[in-house]
Amino acid sequence: MASISFEHVSKTYPDGTRVIDGLDLEVGDGELLVLVGPSGCGKSTVLRMLAGLEDLSGGEIRIDGRVVNDLLPQRRNLSMVFQNYALYPHLTVRGNLEFPLKMKGLSRTEIDRRVRETAAMLDLDALLDRRPKALSGGQRQRVAMGRAIAREADAFLMDEPLSNLDARLRVQIRTEIAALQARLGVTTIYVTHDQVEAMTLGQRVAVMRGGRLQQVAPPWEIYQRPSNSFVAGFIGTPGMNLVRAPLDSSNGGLCVRLGDVRLTLTAQALADQPGLADRTGEDVLIGIRPEDICLAEAGATSALTATVRTAESLGHETLLHLDSPLTTVAADAPRRVPHGEPPALIAALRGHHPSRPGDAVRLQLDPADLYFFALDGEAIR
Amino acid sequence: MSAPNARRRLNDQTAVGLLLAGPAMLGLFLFILAPFLVALALAFTNLRLGSPLPLEFVGVKQFERIFTDPDFLRALSNNLLFASTVVPLQTALALGLALLLNRGLRGTVVFRTLFFMPVVFPMSLVAVVWVLIYAPGPEGMMNGFLDLVTLGAWEPRDFLRDPMLAMPALMLLSIWQGAGFQMVILLAGLQQIPEELYEAAALDGAGRWSQFRHVTLPQLRNSLVFVVLVTSILAFRLFDQVQIMTRGGPDGATTTVIYEAVQAVFTRQQVARASAMTVVFFLLVLALTWLQRRLARQEREIG
Repeated sequence: MASISFEHVSKTYPDGTRVIDGLDLEVGDGELLVLVGPSGCGKSTVLRMLAGLEDLSGGEIRIDGRVVNDLLPQRRNLSMVFQNYALYPHLTVRGNLEFPLKMKGLSRTEIDRRVRETAAMLDLDALLDRRPKALSGGQRQRVAMGRAIAREADAFLMDEPLSNLDARLRVQIRTEIAALQARLGVTTIYVTHDQVEAMTLGQRVAVMRGGRLQQVAPPWEIYQRPSNSFVAGFIGTPGMNLVRAPLDSSNGGLCVRLGDVRLTLTAQALADQPGLADRTGEDVLIGIRPEDICLAEAGATSALTATVRTAESLGHETLLHLDSPLTTVAADAPRRVPHGEPPALIAALRGHHPSRPGDAVRLQLDPADLYFFALDGEAIR
Repeated sequence: MSAPNARRRLNDQTAVGLLLAGPAMLGLFLFILAPFLVALALAFTNLRLGSPLPLEFVGVKQFERIFTDPDFLRALSNNLLFASTVVPLQTALALGLALLLNRGLRGTVVFRTLFFMPVVFPMSLVAVVWVLIYAPGPEGMMNGFLDLVTLGAWEPRDFLRDPMLAMPALMLLSIWQGAGFQMVILLAGLQQIPEELYEAAALDGAGRWSQFRHVTLPQLRNSLVFVVLVTSILAFRLFDQVQIMTRGGPDGATTTVIYEAVQAVFTRQQVARASAMTVVFFLLVLALTWLQRRLARQEREIG
C-alpha cells in the first residue's frame, strides 16, 4: 500500500507537443482515484509515467514520498491492468498468474499459495490450465486482474480495463472491481474515458482535458459543483446544456432572462456564489442539466417555448433535442458562438413522452437548479 | 433448408474452382509430381543409360547399394554436419541481426538492405567471388585478413583444398549468404509482437533477459521453427557451392547427397541409383516438414 503524488509533472514530446502540463495530484494510501477525460487528454500518459513506461519531461512522481522518476518499471512494485489485458498468450492462466511471482524470486510454496488465493478470490480455479485464447473477454479481464492482485503490489494501475467488454459485463465487473478494491484496500488509479465508470467507481474523480487537470473531487461534488463548463458538460449523460444569457438585477435580487422567461435566483444561490452579484448586467453562461428541465404544467404563466428537433425514447426517460430561442453554446468551447445550427437544448424527461420533430413544447425550470459560469467557462463562485 | 442448398452451392463452386485451379495443378503435376513418381519408380530398377542390360525391377537393391557406398554415406554425414553447424549458427546470427534492427535506431533501412543483399545475389556468382576470397597464398583476401587480425601469426592456407578447412569454408560462405533471408523473416516476426507484452513483463519485474526469454522467444516460436526448417532443407540441398568451389573435394570432404546424385546421373549415367538418392533426400525433407508441423502450433493470438 502506498500513497502517490505527482508534483508539477509535465510531458513534452520531441516535436514540442505538450501532452501533460504541470500536473499536481495526490492519491492517498488505499484510495481509488479515477482519472477521466476525453480521448487524447493525457490520462493514459499519466498512468504510463507513473508505471515507468514513459519518461517525464519535468516534475516529480513520488511513491510513499520516494521520488521514482529514474526507477525502471521493474523496480516500482506497481501492477497494471492493460486495456487489452496483455496476457502472455503462450502461458496458461496459472502461468500468467505465476509469472510476476517467479520474477520476484518467490519460493514455490509461496507462489502456489498466492495463486490459490487469487484464483479463489476471482473464481479462476476452473480456468487455471487454460490458455488466454480459450477464454472469453470477461474471463481474460479477470485473469488480468488476478495477475495484478497476486503480485501484492503497492498500487494498481488500471488503463481502461473494461473498454473491451460488452455493456452488461462492464457493469458487472465494474461493481466487482469496486468491491475488490475496497476489500484489498490497495491504492488504485483507474483511467477511463467513461464518465459513468468514473462516477460509480471513484472515491475521488480527477477530470483531465488537454493535459491539464480540471477538477479533483468526490463524484457528487464533481456533479454538483463543477469547477468549469467543461467538467459540467463532461459529467452527466446527456451533458449539461450551456446557455449564454444576461444577469439582471430585479427587486434587489438577481434574475436571468432565458428567452421570455425571467428566473429570479434564490437566496441560497446568491449566498453560495457571491461572485454572481459582481456580474450584474453582464452576460454569463447558465448551465442547465437536462434532467432538471421538465414540461410546464398546463396553465403555467411563464414557460419556455421550444420545438422538438429529435426525440429519443429510452423507456425510463425521453430525451428531447430542442430548438429554442436560447443562445446555446458547446460545453468544450463556450466562448465560440457556433456557426450554423447551435447545439440543441436537451431535456431528459422522466417516462415516455411521445413527440415528433416540429412539436412545440413548453418547458419549466427551477432557478435553484441552475449552474453559473463566466464566459471563459470558469464556475462563478 | 439451408444445408442442402449450401452443399449444392459448394459443389457448383467446387467445379468452377477445379477448373480455375486446373492450369496450376497441371503444371504441378507435370513438373513436380510426375517427375517424383518417375524417380520413385526408377529407384526400384536397374536403369543406367547406355547399359546393355535390360531394364528390370530390382527391388530395394539400389537403396542397399547407396547405403553401403562410402561416398554416399560420406555425403550424408557431410550434409548432417553442414546442417547441424550452419542451421544453429545462421539462425543465431539472423536473430541477433533482427534484434538489432528491431530497436528502431537510425540507419535501420540501410543495414537491413546491406544484410539482405547477399540473398539476392545468385549463389553461382557468390561462389565465384568467394573462390577469390579464399584464394591460396598470402595475397588471398581471407588469408590476408587472418594475417592482419592475428598480427602476422597466420600461415596462408589453401582453404578449398584443405580437407580440414574446405567444409568450414563452405559453411562460412553459406551462413553469410543465407542469414539475411532468415533475418527478414525473424524481423517481421519481431515486429508483430505487441509492445504491451513487453510493458506488462517489465511491470511484472522481468528484466531484459527475462523479457527476451519469456516474451520474445515464445512469441517468435513459429517464425523460428519456419526459419530453422527452411534452412535445414536448404542445408540438405547443398549443391551450388560444392559444384563451383570444391567439386566435392578434397577427398570427399565436401561432397553432398545432391552432389552425389548429380554425379551419379550426369557423369556415370546411373539413373536408378541417382533416383534412389533423391528419394532418400525427399524422405529427409518430408521428415523435417512433419517435424515443423508438429512444433509450430497456432498460438499467436493475443489474449
